[in-house]
Amino acid sequence: MRFSDEFETRFSEMITHYPTKRSALVPTLLYAQDEVGYLSDEVIAELAGRLGLTELEVRNVISYYSMLTTKPRGKYNVQVCTNIACMLRGGEEILDHCKKKLGIGHKGTTEDGLFSLEEVECIGACSWAAAAQVNYDFHENLTIEKMDKILDEYKKKGTQ
Amino acid sequence: MAYLVSHPDEVKVVSKRFGMGATDIDRYLELDGYEAVQKALGMGPDAIINEVKNSGLRGRGGAGFSTGMKWSFVPKQSAKPKYVLCNGDESEPGTCKDRLIFEHDPHAVIEGVMIAAIAVGAHTGYIYIRGEYRYLSVIMQKAIKDAYAKGFAGKNIFGSGYDLDIYWHGGAGAYEVGEESALMESLEGKRGIPRIRPPFPAVVGLWGGPTVINNAETLASVPPIILGGAEAYAKVGTPKNGGTRLFCLAGHLNKPGVYELPMGYNLKKMIYDVGGGIPNGRELKAVVPGGSSTPVLLPEEIDIAMDFDSVAKAGSMLGSGGVVVLDDTTCIVKFALRTIKFYQHESCGWCIPCREGTDWLKKTLTRFHNGGGVKKDIDNIYYLAENMLGRTFCPLGDAAAMPTMAFVKKFRKEFEDHLDGKPCPYERAGATEPVLA
Repeated sequence: MRFSDEFETRFSEMITHYPTKRSALVPTLLYAQDEVGYLSDEVIAELAGRLGLTELEVRNVISYYSMLTTKPRGKYNVQVCTNIACMLRGGEEILDHCKKKLGIGHKGTTEDGLFSLEEVECIGACSWAAAAQVNYDFHENLTIEKMDKILDEYKKKGTQ
Repeated sequence: MAYLVSHPDEVKVVSKRFGMGATDIDRYLELDGYEAVQKALGMGPDAIINEVKNSGLRGRGGAGFSTGMKWSFVPKQSAKPKYVLCNGDESEPGTCKDRLIFEHDPHAVIEGVMIAAIAVGAHTGYIYIRGEYRYLSVIMQKAIKDAYAKGFAGKNIFGSGYDLDIYWHGGAGAYEVGEESALMESLEGKRGIPRIRPPFPAVVGLWGGPTVINNAETLASVPPIILGGAEAYAKVGTPKNGGTRLFCLAGHLNKPGVYELPMGYNLKKMIYDVGGGIPNGRELKAVVPGGSSTPVLLPEEIDIAMDFDSVAKAGSMLGSGGVVVLDDTTCIVKFALRTIKFYQHESCGWCIPCREGTDWLKKTLTRFHNGGGVKKDIDNIYYLAENMLGRTFCPLGDAAAMPTMAFVKKFRKEFEDHLDGKPCPYERAGATEPVLA
C-alpha cells in the first residue's frame, strides 16, 4: 500500500532514532491514521510487516490508545472535552448541543460522513475551558453559540 | 493557540520568552538561548548536578522529587547506553502549562534535555509530546531540526567533542503514559503498562539503559538555574521549594489562565487576586489545588503557601499545578463522578484494585447521583477508594482514590442530600451558569 511521500520520509527517518524499530510504532500509527482515515486491516498488515511485528501485536497497541481507531470516522472529528475544568464551564451542555445539532451520539458519525462526535477526556485547555478539538485544531473559551458557529463553518468547508 | 495572561506578582523564569517569538532559533539565541548548555559543558557532570540540587528544583510533573537527586542516581559507568526522556504527555485534568512551554519556547526544553544529558553522561534525549498536541510536535520537530542545523545537536556539540542526539516522539492518547515507567513502554512501541519498581528508571530504563525522566517544565527550568545560579533560583521560592511554577488557574474564575508565580505563593491570593475571584457574585465552595488527583480543599483551608511541603501539610498535594476552582453552584457528587469517570476510562486494567475499583466507583457514583443511592453507599464509596490506595503498580489507582476519599470526608452532607431518591439539589434548568460573557 502507498502512503504519501511526507509519510515515507518521516517514517524512514524516525526508525533510525531508536535502537528497536518497534519504537516508531505509536506515532507512525497516528500518522497513518491521519492519511487513511482509520487503521484499516491493510494499514495494520503493512506497518506490522515494516516493523517486524505480528498484526496481533499492532492491534494490541492500537486498542490501548484512545486516539487510534480501526473504524472509519467522519471528515471532521469533533472532540468535546467534558472533564472537570470544562464541565465547570459548560462542556457537557456543549456536548449535548453537538449531539442534537449533528443528530449523533458519542463516537457516532453523520450519514454524509462529514462529522464524527466524541466526548473526550482532558485535552490540556483547562485555563481556556470550555474546549473542543476538531481533528487537531483547538477551539477554546467555547459557548454553545460559538460551538454552533464552528460546526456551521466546518460544514461549509466540507461541502464546498 | 493558547492565550497569554499576566499579573504583576508573576516572576517570569520559565515563561520569560512567552510571546517573544522564541520558537525561531535566532530569536532564541538573542534571548540568552543555548548559553546555559555551553556553560554546562564547561562545568562538568558533578558541578551541574550540585547546582541543580542546590537550586531546590523539584519535579514539576507532580511528585515533587528533587531533580538533582534524581540525576545523581544514574550510575556513572553503564554497559548499556543512557538516556534522557522529557515527559510532555501532559494529561492531568486541570493542567495545561507544558503546552505553553512547547508552543512558545521549545528550545528551552531542548536545552534542558541537553543539560540533563551532559549531567548524567547520556548521548541521546527524547522529547515525548502527547498525540493531541499535534501542532506542538510540528513546532518541536522544527526546533530540533534547527538545532541540528546550527551544530547544537548531533556530533561534537558546540565543538566540545560531546555527541548528543535529540529526538521527538509522539503519543496517541493515554493519560497513564504520563507515569514514567508507562512512558518508557509507550516510547518502546508498546501499550503503556507500568513497570514494577525497583529497579528504578535511573538504573534500568529505556531498553534496559539508565534513564532520567523529567517533566517538560522541570527541564525548561534547568537552563535559567545553570545560567543565573542555584542561589538566585532557590531564593525565589520557599525553603526546599526552589524557584517558580506555572500555575494553571481554571474553573469558576474571572481571569483563568497560566501564571508563573513564586513557589509558596498564597492560594487564597491566587484565587481572588491573580485569578480575579469568582464570577457572578458566587461564593467559593472548594478548590482542587494540583490537578484532578489531588484531594479537594475547603474555603477555610486555602490560606496556605503553594509549595510541595505546605500543601502536603494541609492534607493535599501541589501536584501538577492545575488549580481548579469550584463555586457554590457545583454539585460535589457530580464533580466526584466526573473525576472517577476519567480514571475509570484511563485505567489500563493491569492492576485489579484500580481496574475494578474505578469501575465500581463509577457505577456507584452514577447510581448515587441519579437518585438511586442508599445510605451505606457513602461508606462503600470511601471503602472502595481506600482499598485501591497503594495497591497498584503505578499511581493511577492512588490518583483515583485520594480525591474520592476527600470528597466523601469533606462533603458527606452533600452525599446525604442525594439520598432516598431525592433529585440532585444542584440540577436546575440551564445547569451551568454562563461564566463567559
